[in-house]
Amino acid sequence: MESVGSIIMYFIVALAMIVFSVMAVTTRKILRAATYLLFTLFAAAVVYFMLDYEFLGAVQIAVYAGGIVVLFVFAILLTSRPGDNTERLTSKSRVLGAIAAVATLAIAGYALVSRCSMAFAQKPEMEAPDMQAIGTSLLGTGAGQYLLPFEAVSVLLLACIIGGVVIARKR
Amino acid sequence: MEITAIYYLVPALIMFCCGVYGFITRKNMIAMLISLELMLNAVDINFVVFNRFLFPEQMEGMFFTLFAIAIAAAETALAIAIIINIFRAAKNIDVRSLNEMKF
Repeated sequence: MESVGSIIMYFIVALAMIVFSVMAVTTRKILRAATYLLFTLFAAAVVYFMLDYEFLGAVQIAVYAGGIVVLFVFAILLTSRPGDNTERLTSKSRVLGAIAAVATLAIAGYALVSRCSMAFAQKPEMEAPDMQAIGTSLLGTGAGQYLLPFEAVSVLLLACIIGGVVIARKR
Repeated sequence: MEITAIYYLVPALIMFCCGVYGFITRKNMIAMLISLELMLNAVDINFVVFNRFLFPEQMEGMFFTLFAIAIAAAETALAIAIIINIFRAAKNIDVRSLNEMKF
């Protein structure tokens, strides 16, 4: 049984997540879309904190909110004038998008509610994974440990840095 | 009132559907990338929720989300480099008007 405070907190976060993600795809100013994306990412970070994954929440804020959104803002300011509106949508593409989104919502929602009994599982007790457990499983080589993916991601990031420089430099 | 897994899965599902809608309707490449980030983030939330509610003694879902965040950052950086390069060559980033292979 949750406390009243955490239930209120849950509803605020869920509402913020839904409202800001809808606004991020419907607003006509592109810089505002990036700002609403930032709020949505913050709401996701709060969800991670509420589920006791503090490290993941911190990574979400640092990488997404601190890195990716700043990249988006830079790219938006480089490629469009602030205050520009995007073109009005044609009704054809809007209908197509709404059909795809509603179909996804209906199918996945039906599967979730009627076919997936684990969706109603209670929240089990868990002590939050501490930094020592996270560190040993990130850098260990045993079963359920992640040294190889860790190194693969580091090579990927290096390739991404070089690729970004090569693609974006002036010729 | 007990907050079960579905209370977290439904907002994530709505977020994913917003991403689908935005990816289909938007014409600006950066707006499409924003929609893509919404979809990726909804999937990340699903991984974490299933990890927490079904297998609380393991950390697989958490690590999958961690690596997904790292790869999303790399992908966004490269995509933005490509978009800026296209803007330099074609002077706009509207996907409907980019129909030449060579500038």
